[in-house]
Amino acid sequence: MSDQHRREWIYKLCTYGVLAGMFAFLLQVQNQADEYQIRILNVSAIFVTLAVSYNLINGVAGQFSLGPNAFMAVGAYTTALLTISPAEKELSFIIEPIIWPISVLHLPFLPSLLIGGVFAALMGFVMAFPVFRVRGDYLAIVTLGFGEVVRVVANNAQSITNGPLGLKGLPEYTNLWWSCGVAVFTVFCVTRLVKSSFGRAMQAIREDEVAAAAMGINVFRHKMLAFVVHAFFAGMAGGLMAHLITTISPTLFSFFLTFNLLVIIVIGGLGSMTGSIIAAVIITYAGEWLRAVEEPMAIGPLNIPGIPGMRMVVFSIMLILVMIFARQGLMGRREFSWEWFCGFLKIGKRRG
Amino acid sequence: MDLSLFLQQLLNGISLGSLYALIAIGYTMVYGIIRLINFAHGDILMISTYFAYFGISVYALPWWLSVIMAILLTALFGILIDLGAYRPVRHAPRISALITAIGVSFLLENLGIVVFGGRPRAFYRPDFLNKTYEMLGVHIFSLSIWVPVVTALLLALVFLLLYRTRVGAAMRAVAKDMEMVQLMGIDVNRVISLTFAVGSALAAAGGIMWAMKYPQINPLMGIIPGLKAFVAAVIGGIGNIHGAVLGGLLLGITEILLVAFLPSLAGYRDAFAFILLILILLFKPTGLAGKDTIG
Repeated sequence: MSDQHRREWIYKLCTYGVLAGMFAFLLQVQNQADEYQIRILNVSAIFVTLAVSYNLINGVAGQFSLGPNAFMAVGAYTTALLTISPAEKELSFIIEPIIWPISVLHLPFLPSLLIGGVFAALMGFVMAFPVFRVRGDYLAIVTLGFGEVVRVVANNAQSITNGPLGLKGLPEYTNLWWSCGVAVFTVFCVTRLVKSSFGRAMQAIREDEVAAAAMGINVFRHKMLAFVVHAFFAGMAGGLMAHLITTISPTLFSFFLTFNLLVIIVIGGLGSMTGSIIAAVIITYAGEWLRAVEEPMAIGPLNIPGIPGMRMVVFSIMLILVMIFARQGLMGRREFSWEWFCGFLKIGKRRG
Repeated sequence: MDLSLFLQQLLNGISLGSLYALIAIGYTMVYGIIRLINFAHGDILMISTYFAYFGISVYALPWWLSVIMAILLTALFGILIDLGAYRPVRHAPRISALITAIGVSFLLENLGIVVFGGRPRAFYRPDFLNKTYEMLGVHIFSLSIWVPVVTALLLALVFLLLYRTRVGAAMRAVAKDMEMVQLMGIDVNRVISLTFAVGSALAAAGGIMWAMKYPQINPLMGIIPGLKAFVAAVIGGIGNIHGAVLGGLLLGITEILLVAFLPSLAGYRDAFAFILLILILLFKPTGLAGKDTIG
């Protein structure tokens, strides 16, 4: 008993240690790194949030959704419309004036971000009714359809979203503290949810829906829960993304974004939060390295023309190869735990 | 509402709908036989238009020869995709196959950008498709007549293949029960390859007509017809060829009529297909003619 207890204490301390280490690292980065590096770190933190929440619905609950871009769009637009000052809004809505209640609303960043998440979650709630009437491939296509609908609406509802012109001049609120803070918060919430009885019920639905229902699990309610939680965090991530790049337009939230996320959670391992975190960081950085391929280079006398589109080619080939040769991704469904880590390093094991 | 205007829009709707139907048949055949949404179908269509483009504009072949060669090459291309990407995941969980298909779709789109460049290119339209006739106050664009006619002919060919040939019987059998058919000594892989070839050839025919209708092509052009045709296939009940035709026509006609008579909603045109899809799935979760097999 005391041994077990002590061990749990040590693990907890290790977790806090890692968080403190992260804090110190961010402090260091904030002070010393250049803008570009900070930006990539921000982007990878946002992608951690997105991937972990997306993995909840796709990997844990096993409902193959293709619509995180819809939730991101809703979150981003909501947050942006709340943080942009009324004067700025008046200026940027050229073709059609902005409608009344939105035109005067102005809130600080945190409430805006939360409202953005809540709006996305609300949309997830409403969407769940038609979406979960169908299964499998149909579900994939219906969620993809919702993504398209949101994009088209954003393109056409000019008096709210400013149409294809998008929203410009968003205050640059997102910094490392916000992006990493939300990422840590997301990882905490989602892992707690997965480990709870709700999470186990979701996994049961993933394995066999009929059997889960027979065991007395309310299938629809658990799918809905996973969907709404995913939507909430995707919406927050959308808000963070919007205030990082400070300009949003409907094209930003196309299926490309969903594809990127899909690559991340597949490579990390469907169902593994640890895998999602690792893959989100790796893919974000890999995307930056691959940018080099897309730009023209001059090595001595040799002029190599840039190849636009090459990044996505590499990503799609990676996705196909992972599916053919390493379906489990990096982590399969395993998760990082201190117990596993200690076993890996062979410490703390009882002798004899 | 003016009757002649209505008839004219109806004709446009049938023309667009038959294009959707033609492309949707490829989706449905592949789904019927291996239960895979071939996400790359729309991009196969895009590749076919580039084959035709290179034949006509770069190698200066007669346009009909280029079109025939493009269709054959696309059929071959469909087989290659099946061999390279889909066959290795055939016995994997369905979700893996679906993800692979999404990967192939993105690969084709971006390879298209890398190889052909992102810039749109003008597509050739033969002269006899450029004429406009007038009948009872209805303006008829000759292309709008030719598209449904060609579609009907190709559809007849598909039905002949499915119901009058041995290989068609094999296709229907594989769609019913793949394991059993294997026990009967039929080479399932060959039947599937052939299905991909036929589906891709139909997509090619549809794509080339699409390119003539909106006479330009670009590497991302396959996305919209691909999605719409897929929606048409699902509306009709995926896996069912009659359903695909029904869904395609329904989608094409309602879309055109909606835009024609409620022009303020024209911007929402691309969302309309999905709204219709969601509504129909709400009431009939397997589509209008929902059945699981081809034929």
